[in-house]
Formats: sequence, C-alpha cells, structure tokens
Amino acid sequence: MAFFQMKKMILAWTFRTPVTTKYPFEPRKICPGSRGRLDIKISDCIFCTLCAKRCPTQALNVDRTNKKWHIDRLRCISCNCCVEVCPKKCLHLTGDHGIPTVTKDWETF
Amino acid sequence: MGTRTIIPFGPQHPVLPEPIHIDLVVEDEKVVEAVPSIGFIHRGLERLVEKKDYIEYVYVAERICGICSFIHGQTYCQGVEEIMKIEVPTRAKYLRTIWGELSRIHSHLLWLGLMADAFGFESLFMHSWRVREQVLDLIEATTGGRVIFGSCKVGGTRRDIPAEQMSWLLAQLETVEKEMQLIVDVFMNDNSVKHRLCGVGVISKEDAISLGAVGPTLRGSGVADDMRLLKYAAFGNLDFQPISKTDGDSYSRCAVRCAELFQSVDLIRQAAAKMPEGEIAVKVTGNPDGEFFSRVEQPRGEVVYYIKGNGTKNLTRFRARTPTFANVPPLVKMLAGCELADVPVLVLTIDPCISCTER
Amino acid sequence: MIEEQTIITVMPETLVAETRKMKEQGYRLVQICVTRLGEELQLDYTFDLNRKFVNFRFMQPKIGARVPSVSGIYWCAFTYENEISDLFGVQVDGNALDFKGNFYKTAMKHPFIQDAAPAPAAAPAKGGQ
Ligand code: SF4
Ligand code: SF4
Repeated sequence: MAFFQMKKMILAWTFRTPVTTKYPFEPRKICPGSRGRLDIKISDCIFCTLCAKRCPTQALNVDRTNKKWHIDRLRCISCNCCVEVCPKKCLHLTGDHGIPTVTKDWETF
Repeated sequence: MGTRTIIPFGPQHPVLPEPIHIDLVVEDEKVVEAVPSIGFIHRGLERLVEKKDYIEYVYVAERICGICSFIHGQTYCQGVEEIMKIEVPTRAKYLRTIWGELSRIHSHLLWLGLMADAFGFESLFMHSWRVREQVLDLIEATTGGRVIFGSCKVGGTRRDIPAEQMSWLLAQLETVEKEMQLIVDVFMNDNSVKHRLCGVGVISKEDAISLGAVGPTLRGSGVADDMRLLKYAAFGNLDFQPISKTDGDSYSRCAVRCAELFQSVDLIRQAAAKMPEGEIAVKVTGNPDGEFFSRVEQPRGEVVYYIKGNGTKNLTRFRARTPTFANVPPLVKMLAGCELADVPVLVLTIDPCISCTER
Repeated sequence: MIEEQTIITVMPETLVAETRKMKEQGYRLVQICVTRLGEELQLDYTFDLNRKFVNFRFMQPKIGARVPSVSGIYWCAFTYENEISDLFGVQVDGNALDFKGNFYKTAMKHPFIQDAAPAPAAAPAKGGQ
C-alpha cells in the first residue's frame, strides 16, 4: 500500500520553472522540419500548374495566361505534396503556421 | 426492488468531450442496464473514395482519427500495397514501425492523463500530458506534423529519419522513459488510484472473446492477442511478445497500457538498431484491382479496413472498422451492474474514440 | 503477403448455423461489412481465432435485402447489424438490440445505397479576380 506516491514528483516540480510558455506574448519555439505555412518564391515559378493539379484539397489555382498563382490558406493542409512535385523547387513549407484570420480569401502572388 | 430511473450520460459530458450517449437505467446507485447510442456525427468518409483517387485518400484516412492518425494511414497504405503487390523498401517498413510506436506512446500517455482526470487526480493528468508533449515534439521533429504525421504514402514513406536525428530521438526517448516511469509508478501503486480501478468493470476471458473486444480491453482479460503478431511492417524482425494481464478489471487494462509504453520504447530501440540503409519509397504505377482486409494494431486495438478496387483510380469500397466500434459491446456489458459513480471511469477504460468510430 | 485470408461462400439460410459453429470453436466476431456492387450487396462476416482469418460471404439484392440476425450467437453483432440496416437498408430479422433505424442519425435514409450525387460543377471557386 502506497499512499500519495506523487509527493516526490510534486515537490520537485514546485521548485522548477513551468514547462508551458505564455503563448501569445512569447512566440512558440518552432522545430526545424515542421510543416507550416506554404511559401512561394514567385520569381522562380514557371506557372506549369503541376502543384495545383496534385493538391489534394484544391487549395491552389494557377493562372497560366496571366501568370498568377493563387492560394486559399484555409484549405491548405500543409501536406507537402505541391512542394514535392514542383519542378522549379520554388515552393516550401515554413515552420511558422501563420496568423489567425476571419475571412476566407485567396491570396495572390 | 427499488424504483428504476433513467439517467442520460452524454453526448456532452465533462469527462469525455465526445458524442456518445448512454441511457443508464439505475436502481438506487446501481446501473442495471445501459443502452448506447452513437451516430451523432456520422461523416460518411467511407464513401469519399468515390471522389478522391486512391493516392489522395491517404490524407483522408489519416484524418479519420486525430490520435492514431499515422496508423490509420499505414493500414490504408498496407492494404493498397497488398492489392497492388507492391514490395515496400525495408527501410520504409522500419520507419513506419518507429512512427507507429511513437504514436502508440503518445496515445497511451493521453489516455493515462484522461483516466487520471476521470477519477479526479488533476496533477497526475497534467504530468502525463507534460510528458506526452515531449513525445509530440519528437514526432514534429521527425515528420513535420504534431498530430497528422502525413509521412506515410502508398509505396513507402515521405520522409526519412537521418542517422544523427535518430540518435537524438533515442537520447530524448531515454529521458521520456524515465519520466514515464515516475508516472506509471503512481498509476500502478498509489492507493487512491487502485481504489478506483481494482475490481471495477470485470470482463472474463470468455466474455471478452465472445463480445469481440480488441486491444488492451482484450489483453486486459488475459487473451494475448495483438495484430502486431501478424508481422506486418518490421515486426517480423523485432522481438515482440504481446502483454496481457489476467484480472480483466479496469486496473489490468490500465496495467496493459502502462506496460505497452515501455514495450514501445523498446521496439523503437530495436527498430533503430536494425534499420537498414536504402530507399524509402518505390514508384507506384497502375490502379488497385482486388480486395484485401487490412488489419493493424492501433493503440486502442485492432483496426480492420476492407479495401476493394476495380482497376480504376477510385476504389469501389473502403470500409473501416475502428477499435472503439468493437469495444462498445464490452463497455455495455461492463456498465450493467456497476456503481453510478464508476461510469465515467468505465467508459474511459476502453479508451473510446467516438469520432473515429463515426468515420 | 501479410496474412492468409480464407473467404468462404455461405447461403443466407445456413449463416446462423455456420456462425454457431464458429462460436463453438472459439472464434471472435471481427466485423460485418456490406459492399455495394452495382445492383447487388455483398455481405461479409469476418471471424478471427488467434489471427486465423475466416470470412463468410454471400450476395443479396440491393433493394429488399434480408438477413437473419447472428446477435443471438454473438451479442456484439448488434452494432454491426444496426449499422448495415441504417446505411444499406438491409433488413435484419431478430436483432437483439434493434435501434429501428436510429443508430446513425443521417440526413437521408440508407445513404450508402444511394447513387452518388453528380459532382459539383467546377470544383473550387476560382481564386483572385
Ligand atoms: S509547380 Fe512550381 S513552378 Fe509549377 S506552377 Fe506550381 S509553384 Fe509554379
Ligand atoms: S501543402 Fe498540400 S494542401 Fe497545401 S497547397 Fe500544397 S498540396 Fe495543397
């Protein structure tokens, strides 16, 4: 019979700094390799539309004639598919996850 | 005989933020009968295969459940690979094993936390989740996602774990293991925890089999059945014996999960030591034509996918039987005859994931 | 090959007797699954004993499918039988715990035997103006 098995752990943690952070005031530590927001280096893009074809959520729309590249950020699931197929390697997922938004807009590059 | 009253439990209940509703017929403080009902959020994901092609559907399969996401993806991929006769590179098999076991650790830690919360042990709950956070960090560093790993695809995996990252992961696991030991000690030995778990919700071995229990619910009743014995992924090359406890009560289900935490750490170590160099994916061409029942052991138990393809890029039928669906009848049996105050604990001992049941 | 899977064709009339034999041998009911193949439904009853996989299979018409319940043998079959009757409209005779179509709360009746709605015109709204 063991009573109050946790006392050691609880005592130890009384003297430690908390593991949680004050989130909105202190930015989250981003781990390298995390899949976050999709970023494009538009100067390299050749508007081949491969990324839009392979996106499982249809978050991308590439306009060949007007040379425009559109993304719906709320549809994107950060799956890395478009990054893998892009022949010019001009897409990549950054570690940060972007800021919250209240409208569903297409972003244009 | 006292008066019978019906007390509704759920679909909104503080102990379990998931939509299961149980009508509890109580007589004084005893539950005489329980009638479950689910189906509040049926998503119809099984029919989505008609719209998404079989490669894209991996993303949907992963999103069936938020906790065993990787293993859902793995089950789906293994099923399709089996139909298409794709031989996955050995390194990819080991990677799948490692990620699968990492997700088992994080799922069991989540469950331990929820369990502590269910019997009102808040500090234990927080410490379980603190350790779980470290496991999630390992997952994020190796796959890029914390909850949806997105690293499994038909034909292999999408990411590799380089050697230096692997040694970092193993070093981190060492500290996680020490922390887990402290938490598990409390669960296994503390008097107040034992008081809530021992002898509560007993399911005999025969009942567990005839009620179709799976996973820790089955193993807690003394049946050493584990789908990992099918030797899918790399389990054929690892030293693995399923853990089972014979008492069949809530305490032994808890003990099975606690022991599996350390077993998973051990399996990851073995897999890391034996993992060969090489490719991580093969190119997939053609469409699946055939059928297969794909079975994999999830943290909650055995999951069964029935996949049937007809030679086009859309599958004819995709059916998922999630472990919680199979564990609902044992839960109903457990509830009949228990004390009203034990109901939340009993509902949690099957590790319910109602949302993945409503695929 | 992960595992050997035995698929046995049975008759709906002998299903209950065959299932009873499985139970006597100590098998566990893994799942009941329905697949729509055009105008027919394929029913699968899956059993497992120490990872030996056995599956009973038979066909039924899409409309008016009727099967005897096995919940008298495996009580846990009630979840699967309610599922197939709600999603596929299979009539199950003698279910131990019949929810009478209220197991799943779906917007349409028997959604899984309905033909797919025509795909929405051009999938996503086009971005940018
Ligand atoms: S695949 Fe790459 S190059 Fe082609 S349109 Fe997309 S971003 Fe541009
Ligand atoms: S990351 Fe995935 S979901 Fe997002 S735009 Fe690329 S392909 Fe689409």
